Amino acid sequence: MNEQAELQPVDAEIPAVPEVAAAAVRTPWTEFWRKFRKQHVAVVAGLFVALLVVLALGAPWLVPYDAENFFDYDSLNALPSLKHWFGVDPLGRDIFSRILMGSRISLTAGFVSVAVGAVVGTAMGLVAGYYEGWSDRIIMRICDVLFAFPGIVLAIGIVAILGGGIGNVIIAVAIFSIPTFARLVRGNTLALKHLTFVEAARSIGASDWTIVVRHIFPGTIAAVVVYFSLRIGTSIITAASLSFIGMGAQPPTPEWGAMLNEARADMMTSPHVALFPSLAIFCTVLAFNLLGDGLRDALDPKIEQK
Amino acid sequence: MLHGDFGRSLRTKRPVSGEIAERFMPTFWLTVTSMAWSVAIGMLIGTLSAVWRNRWPDRVGMTLAVSGISFPAFALGMLLMQIFSVQLHWLPTVGADTWRHYILPSLTLGAAVAAIMARFTRSSFVDILHEDYVRTARAKGLPETVVIVKHGLRNALIPVVTMMGLQFGFLLGGSIVVEVVFNWPGMGRLLVDAVDMRDYPVIQALVLLFSLEFVLINLIVDVLYAVINPTIRYR
Repeated sequence: MNEQAELQPVDAEIPAVPEVAAAAVRTPWTEFWRKFRKQHVAVVAGLFVALLVVLALGAPWLVPYDAENFFDYDSLNALPSLKHWFGVDPLGRDIFSRILMGSRISLTAGFVSVAVGAVVGTAMGLVAGYYEGWSDRIIMRICDVLFAFPGIVLAIGIVAILGGGIGNVIIAVAIFSIPTFARLVRGNTLALKHLTFVEAARSIGASDWTIVVRHIFPGTIAAVVVYFSLRIGTSIITAASLSFIGMGAQPPTPEWGAMLNEARADMMTSPHVALFPSLAIFCTVLAFNLLGDGLRDALDPKIEQK
Repeated sequence: MLHGDFGRSLRTKRPVSGEIAERFMPTFWLTVTSMAWSVAIGMLIGTLSAVWRNRWPDRVGMTLAVSGISFPAFALGMLLMQIFSVQLHWLPTVGADTWRHYILPSLTLGAAVAAIMARFTRSSFVDILHEDYVRTARAKGLPETVVIVKHGLRNALIPVVTMMGLQFGFLLGGSIVVEVVFNWPGMGRLLVDAVDMRDYPVIQALVLLFSLEFVLINLIVDVLYAVINPTIRYR
């Protein structure tokens, strides 16, 4: 009886729907694009990333010299010139060609490891957040265990077990990317699953699979995309760090971190050999970070241009 | 292992605990000094950027910060060493004997953390400056410095302290790379050497120790959290 009193009809005043001109329909995509376009730094960073990807894909046809097996013995340690744009290393190899070929390794390592981490982490986060209960507890405890290791220590531990090489580095970086994605998606899922549209979907008899995939997952994409682009920078640095300390790509592979490690021995005589791999890592990671910042500002509804 | 016995190193045949004990303090001091300066500088830059948001201090601060998180530690270490040790002869290159040896490795290790702290403090502070209690403080005529320091900074600190705990893990991991660059006699280089030599007892003990340290630091941070924020009381 009491309940009925509370269920008094509220003022049935429906706000008039503003008329929308057909040409200016606002979809999430156009909204995103409208906000993203204003961030000039991020747009430039995005173009730079696109250029890098094209260069990396075309590297085998673009390089002026063979990155591993061409030795110019007449110009060892040469400084940058028209013939060798970035100079020559102490073994006579063309640094520009090596940097260009190295971009394939670094971009692949960064992208693949984060992609694997994001896919596995997102799936785990969706399951944990949607079902809660014991599956949530198990998944979150696994994440806690992974979180207990400081990033690169876990990667070194994995490399110590699996052995060195760039493939194992990618696996190691992917594994430590998983828990952050899982937590992020779980948090979003917990917030989304009590919203009206999810309840509505459940009330018309949608299966768990449909609710999770069609209704909850799209709501988590924005956060995952932002984190994805910010994470690629970190992963490129981690992969290069592992190669630098001799656990990733091995010489003569033109991996940027491995190149820097080789250059260390000749820092006194030819510092330019170390300069270009450093700049390559810096510019690539910077571009991904600026792009990620721009995506975050465009996708996060909390941040409004003031 | 649960008895505190980690066995003997396969390489030197000495007990693992002894090997690690003599390497512990250099790494400990390196991470602590890096943490101290990077948190101080990072929070300072973050606060200044938030207060002068979208003006030149913000632009300079945030450009520095995004560069800081994008520059790999090993490249920065090599660059600093080249400039200050090799070219200018101001500071020693390798080893860990005097305080002068700490300057470059500590700068290298802390740079990324300072950058992350600056970005994080800024965003946390910008949120705080929109809160009602900040408007109230301004409305009752408090000088702007009091508003910023007393009402702003204290509240902005809460998420920043959590971030500090997480960053400590980053520092512990980063110390491995920095120790290789500066030939630092610490646990990080011991770990790298152990992996090279497949010295599994040492690897196992070190990975455990690094994680233990990280978990302990986060425990301390959780306690600190309750001290700073009176609304949180663990039952």
